Amino acid sequence: MSLRVDGLDVRYGSVAAVSGVDLTVADGEVVALLGPSGCGKSTLLRAVAGLEPPTAGTVSWDGVDLAGTPVHRRGFGLVFQDGQLFPHRDVAGNVAFGLRMRRVDRAARAERVAELLDLVGLTGYADRRVTELSGGEQQRVALARALAPRPKLLLLDEPLSALDRALREQLALDLARLLRETGTTALVVTHDHDEAFTLADRVAVMRAGRVVQVGEPSAVWQHPVDVDTARFLGCGRVLAPEAAQRLVGVRERVGLRATALRVDPSGPIRAEVVTRVHRRDHVRLLVRLDGEDFEAVAGVADPPSPGDHVTLTVDHDGVAVIG
Amino acid sequence: MAHVGAGLKPTLSPRLAWSLAALLPLAFLGVFFAWPVLAIVGLGLGEGGVLPVLARADTWDLVGFTLGQAAAATVLALVTGMPVAFLLARCRVRGTGLVRAAVMVPFVLPTVVVGLAFRALWPDGGVLPIVLANAFFNVAVVARTVGGLWARVDRRAEDAARALGASRVRAFTSVVLPSLAPAIGSAASVVFLFCATSFGVVLVLGGARHRTVETEIYLRTVQLFDLSGAAALSLLQFVAVIAVLVLGGLARRRRERSLPLRVEPPRRPAGGEWGVVVAAWLVVAALLTPVVGLVARSLATDDGWSFAGYAALAGTGERGTLAVSGLDAALNSVRAATDATLVALLVGVTSAVVLVGLRRHGTWFAETLDTALMLPLGVSAVTLGFGYLVTMDALPGDFRTSPLLVPLAQALVVTPLIVRIVLPVLRAVDERLRQAAATLGASPWRVWREVDLPLAARSLVAAAGFGFVVALGEFGATSFLARPEAPTLPVVIARLMSRPGELNSQMAYAACAVLMVVTTVAVLVIERLRVPSGGEF
Repeated sequence: MSLRVDGLDVRYGSVAAVSGVDLTVADGEVVALLGPSGCGKSTLLRAVAGLEPPTAGTVSWDGVDLAGTPVHRRGFGLVFQDGQLFPHRDVAGNVAFGLRMRRVDRAARAERVAELLDLVGLTGYADRRVTELSGGEQQRVALARALAPRPKLLLLDEPLSALDRALREQLALDLARLLRETGTTALVVTHDHDEAFTLADRVAVMRAGRVVQVGEPSAVWQHPVDVDTARFLGCGRVLAPEAAQRLVGVRERVGLRATALRVDPSGPIRAEVVTRVHRRDHVRLLVRLDGEDFEAVAGVADPPSPGDHVTLTVDHDGVAVIG
Repeated sequence: MAHVGAGLKPTLSPRLAWSLAALLPLAFLGVFFAWPVLAIVGLGLGEGGVLPVLARADTWDLVGFTLGQAAAATVLALVTGMPVAFLLARCRVRGTGLVRAAVMVPFVLPTVVVGLAFRALWPDGGVLPIVLANAFFNVAVVARTVGGLWARVDRRAEDAARALGASRVRAFTSVVLPSLAPAIGSAASVVFLFCATSFGVVLVLGGARHRTVETEIYLRTVQLFDLSGAAALSLLQFVAVIAVLVLGGLARRRRERSLPLRVEPPRRPAGGEWGVVVAAWLVVAALLTPVVGLVARSLATDDGWSFAGYAALAGTGERGTLAVSGLDAALNSVRAATDATLVALLVGVTSAVVLVGLRRHGTWFAETLDTALMLPLGVSAVTLGFGYLVTMDALPGDFRTSPLLVPLAQALVVTPLIVRIVLPVLRAVDERLRQAAATLGASPWRVWREVDLPLAARSLVAAAGFGFVVALGEFGATSFLARPEAPTLPVVIARLMSRPGELNSQMAYAACAVLMVVTTVAVLVIERLRVPSGGEF
């Protein structure tokens, strides 16, 4: 019960969208494909679904090459960024679609539809028109529709990107719970690392068509494989080992996130505030330290102003060791 | 979708499967269009040759008049169609639904009826009524094609221009007009094509004095039996038609690339816009004048108003002009048009599906098929009709005298229309919707049935309705192919008009009125369906 991708290449003419990708997803595991837009992660997902023909390499399930299996016989569910619900069917009709294709009888179908609507928190929505639903509700229906026929593998293509932030965070938690509860094996494409870390057991970071790093979320977060990955994962500054030794006391190449430097009256590092931006739960600063600019954070209460001299302390949760 | 088919079963690549599906429309076009047309051209070339005909000065006079009247009618249709397009696309004014239906009526009227309607107003015929009648016929094409795009052009660009200080007129010429250009180009090429090959109208109004290439082909074939001359002219027409179609195709492609646009809700007109609305109403009133004139003429006799013409439809005309009664002819019309619509739906829908499928795989083949499907619109119906007579002998069964000949010829004329109505709707279906269905276990055929069909259902019904009405009024090919004992209503009308007798002409006008009523009802029913197609007619 596992997916295996070996040496997969997908080309559009002379453009290599995906090149030499190896990846496995074990039974019940959730893997996130994380990368900037245009890195080929969606193309990889579509190739797994059978929607893009690979130029080279194989996609196999339980050791059986899927090259000869068309999309509709793979038994993989797919959720698009914007739902893609069937506009001419109501909510129940959408959720029941995959069951009808599998010739599940009417009674069993109705039962499963009700069960799934409960699961995604849309109890009683069966007769609603899908065009009347909000974006978040549509995505829940899309999820219920994909899960209804019990897919061997669930493919999610930026499932939450079209939603606004508060809803996205809520739905990410719901989705994580749902995937665990149903024991669904899933491959999720996202460009948002919070989302990837919320949902996934393992993360595969992609760049320019290649998978550059695979690992558990915390490992990837703390030890990005290279500078580009570190920058993609939010490290605004990268320090060489000597500079890192001086500032944070680690003699290795490190990436600093904004949270690596925190305003602390008793901190050992002296710096001058250049600019200040208010965020939801903290204040983001740009500080000058020995003639170089660094990001830092301060508490929301009584934050320093530009021109102020402050002292900083190092928070090692914000420091990523590269390599 | 590298491989369609399950497990070990070796199956076709999708591109090959689509190409095989394309065989149906291609075979239909090949047997019932290309073969007869090529046969007749070949026959003509075998006898004489093109060069002598092309070298004659009067050939070029003919070409000059054909292009001249078509150009004039196209310009007139564009100028009068634009205000109507504006009204339909942008204005929330009471009665716009009626305007939408009224403007379609002329387009689906039988050409003979249009010719007669104008002869009722200009008894002597001439150049002016020919140009007017051709434009009259095509205002709908401009209004619908341009209006369809206009309703979806983002109004904010115009608002931005106005905010930057452009006058209403300046905003129109510098912002709106360029974005409408593809639709205008597309409409102009189609209208020009219709006008250049218009047959019934020119025959009725031009007589022997004003002839176009199309009517000349008819005269040479039927009256002078000058096959080589007719073939040379057919060839000339064919080349010109392909040129226009290719240009139109380019404009269309630009338009489809620029989609999707916004759906702009109509607003209540303000200030100077009322002037345009009034102009549109005047155009519609002008469009209805010949229609009303024709109805009046069907009721007016020397002894005052009377239904004599309508009553006479039950008989065979004065001194037995007709082989069958008007009623029988009407039944023949309905029967032939029904068969034609069914054939055209089968071929047209298959073509549209194939074009959508192939476009996904992006081939030149799709482009070629797209253009080839439009060709029958531009080829002389007479050439086609005569081609049938010389080729259909070779088919199994007694095809030349088969009652299927008329519906097949009509289906050729109707198919492009159906393709142009259904295709934009199918193209507008998000490909990912089909992919979602496929990942849920729907086979390609099932995807079509579960996604494409329900979403295109309304446009299919509308296409069938338009197809039926156009087939009902088809005159050119039908006049040539209808067996004497089974004429259609337009054929009967032409016959009645060519014979003396007060009752005969009364009866002809009454038959026209009947056709118009059927057409209008059909159009109103179709409008009820309110197809948001952006289709081109």
